Amino acid sequence: MEKEIIIFRGITKRFPPDILANDRVSFAVEKGTIHVVLGENGAGKTTLMNILYGIHQPDEGSILLRGREVRITSPRVAIELGIGMVHQHFRLIPNHRVWENVILGFPRAPRFFPAARAREMVRNLSQEYGLDVDPDAYVWQLSAGEQQRVEILKTLLRKAEILILDEPTSVLTPSDAEKLFSVLQKMKEEGRTCLFITHKFSEVREVGDRITILRKGRVVETVAKGEADFESLATMMVGEKVSLFLEKPLVTPGEPLLQVEDLWVLDDRGFPRVQGVSLTLREGEIVGVAGVVGNGQRELAEALAGLRTPLRGRVFLKGNDLTGSSPRNVREAGLGYVPEDRRMSLIGDLTVEENLILRDYQEPLFRRGTFLDWKRVREYAENVITAYRIVPPLPRLPVRLLSGGNRQRVALAQALVSRPQVLVVANPTVGLDILATGFIHRLLLSLQEEGVGILLISGDLDEILTLSDRILVLYRGTIVGERERPKSGWTEEDRREIGMMMGGVTEEHLVVGK
Amino acid sequence: MGSLISGIIGRTLAYSVPLLLATLGEIYVERAGVLNLGIEGMMSLGALVAFAVAFSFSNPWFGVVAGGMAAGGAALLHALCSITLRANQVVSGLSLGMLGMGISGVLGRNFEGKVLGATLPVYRMPFLSSLPGFEKHNVFVYLSLGLAVFLWFVLFRTRWGIVIRSVGENPAACDAMGINVSTVRYTCVVFGGVLAGLAGAYLSLGYRPSWSYGMTGGIGWLSIALTIFAFWNPLWGLVGAYLFGLLYQLSFRFQAHVSPELLNTLPYVFPLIALSFVSRLAARKRIGPPASLGVPYKRE
Repeated sequence: MEKEIIIFRGITKRFPPDILANDRVSFAVEKGTIHVVLGENGAGKTTLMNILYGIHQPDEGSILLRGREVRITSPRVAIELGIGMVHQHFRLIPNHRVWENVILGFPRAPRFFPAARAREMVRNLSQEYGLDVDPDAYVWQLSAGEQQRVEILKTLLRKAEILILDEPTSVLTPSDAEKLFSVLQKMKEEGRTCLFITHKFSEVREVGDRITILRKGRVVETVAKGEADFESLATMMVGEKVSLFLEKPLVTPGEPLLQVEDLWVLDDRGFPRVQGVSLTLREGEIVGVAGVVGNGQRELAEALAGLRTPLRGRVFLKGNDLTGSSPRNVREAGLGYVPEDRRMSLIGDLTVEENLILRDYQEPLFRRGTFLDWKRVREYAENVITAYRIVPPLPRLPVRLLSGGNRQRVALAQALVSRPQVLVVANPTVGLDILATGFIHRLLLSLQEEGVGILLISGDLDEILTLSDRILVLYRGTIVGERERPKSGWTEEDRREIGMMMGGVTEEHLVVGK
Repeated sequence: MGSLISGIIGRTLAYSVPLLLATLGEIYVERAGVLNLGIEGMMSLGALVAFAVAFSFSNPWFGVVAGGMAAGGAALLHALCSITLRANQVVSGLSLGMLGMGISGVLGRNFEGKVLGATLPVYRMPFLSSLPGFEKHNVFVYLSLGLAVFLWFVLFRTRWGIVIRSVGENPAACDAMGINVSTVRYTCVVFGGVLAGLAGAYLSLGYRPSWSYGMTGGIGWLSIALTIFAFWNPLWGLVGAYLFGLLYQLSFRFQAHVSPELLNTLPYVFPLIALSFVSRLAARKRIGPPASLGVPYKRE
């Protein structure tokens, strides 16, 4: 039996019109190892894995599996070859039960009355691997971590020897991620092989026997664990020397700007998703709201921005009651909002300049009487493009043609047109590369220096710790913990505790556990 | 009184057959994630072809097969447009509806007013015939009733049912598990077309053994509303079809006392009210249309 279970040989994949997703990618994966594929968004990691799983066909090159060349023409072929894949966006049916999802398309499930046998199969596998999940639960009722377990169960049921995990930790709480790593360890001990796709090089420390770094569709290098430190991994990923260090300005928080008292907010389905949140945000302060997606972040942010009427509670901005005000009143009172979903703030088919004035077109600066003064709009947009280094620097380019990082710069600039004193930002760097992330983080810190109060709602604990002066942990709609930044910066202990609180461990339990 | 009730039940059963068949078909089509608004046209085509073939060969069963095949072929056209070519399903379905009406109208001119020699047989079922209204019926009455139960069983108690429902909810998930999404969708769309054709065949060979343009009388359109009313569940489809048929019969009976124009609107006002009620209930209980209904699937 060969040691190298998968060999990629010169894989090239183009997407019309002119995207080169993979460019002569070659590397080998050893059996019984966890192999990390590291790279920025758009580096071609997912494309390569989709080729291995038969979703895409390579234009050139070949794949050797267990020493033999294989043509993987569809996921069905991949499954038969013992390959399983957990996609970044789960391929689950929310309206179906767990067991229905697990046996979907499984040829050895009973043809008639499959429920009983399927439940049994799910239970057995869950027990064997410590993947706790109720087979009769509906998938929509499950947390992201549980949904991932369902996806892994699907591959285990089909006896996958090679497991591809695409950005598996992006939706997990730190403690769920720990659990995932231990499951992977067990699978590795059984001789299975894992391909672990990520853009977070901090994870490489936890898993990964070998690491292949991809950049712009090409393999930069394959290194063994311990051969490269963070700085060199980051440099290989980005292609230039990057400074991971951000200097946090010393700002003494001033007067309270935003005060929220016992806020209750309903979600789209009429369930109270925010349940009694109270918080204060001061001048020149960044308050991080940490939490895993779906714990009320969106509803909280939208209630503050006036997009959602709270069920109960009060929102004050500089002492003025803004509860239930319209988005426009809220903005004019001095609160800017940058939603996570850029489709909520930008319109793809409109140009950069049009998007910039989308909310504040009524500003006297942009008007000549009833009409828009396009000359001044253009000047304003050109200034923004220079200041934010938006590429390509064309004010009349439709926003949909910009990259994610540039789109986010436009979104932030748009919220800042009205010079807000309070800025609510939700996951501002999701899907952005290291350089764009650094830019956004620096921008937020410079706003802080100007005295803007920033409420940073994020599921990325690293981001929260980098930027926040104070951290609130949001879990199931309530604040379950609060931490103040120590003078010397956040400690490992803080990180661990906040991570556990994000998973629902309350402050009291943390104390008992000590 | 007893004969009145059994009369109403009997007529309801007979009237509801095409509605039930078409609804059952559309439930499967939509469960697989495709919207086919062309039922009326397929049904009309099925009715004409069934009549023409049965008339020419003097055998109603030849007609049934031909009617089902004709409508199934028309559905194949919609499948090609909406699944393979990823066209707008509303436009494609409506075009199919008009096409089917038009073609059956033109080709059917020579068959207007012709008398069919052999019609679909009428049976007495043991045990069942002792129930009021069930004395004796066209073979399709029993078949459609049994079919509703059978299709419910397939959809909710078999492995294939999971596949069909999953394709309508999240085709990408099915694709990732090695299921051929197009095959499943084609099969369901053609199946839906065949059932619409059989509904038409029942009309022209059994219920009113003759051919006249417009004899489908909007049943195809109603079945689209009934599909929603039934929460995409064949058993609720059965209930809905019979309930509608009952209302239709009752509006005949009360014509002497209430304005017939007003009564005639009843069967159509009912789905309108039912639909608005259903949509509120569905939002609360998380039973809505299949998540990918009307969305063509393309691999990313």
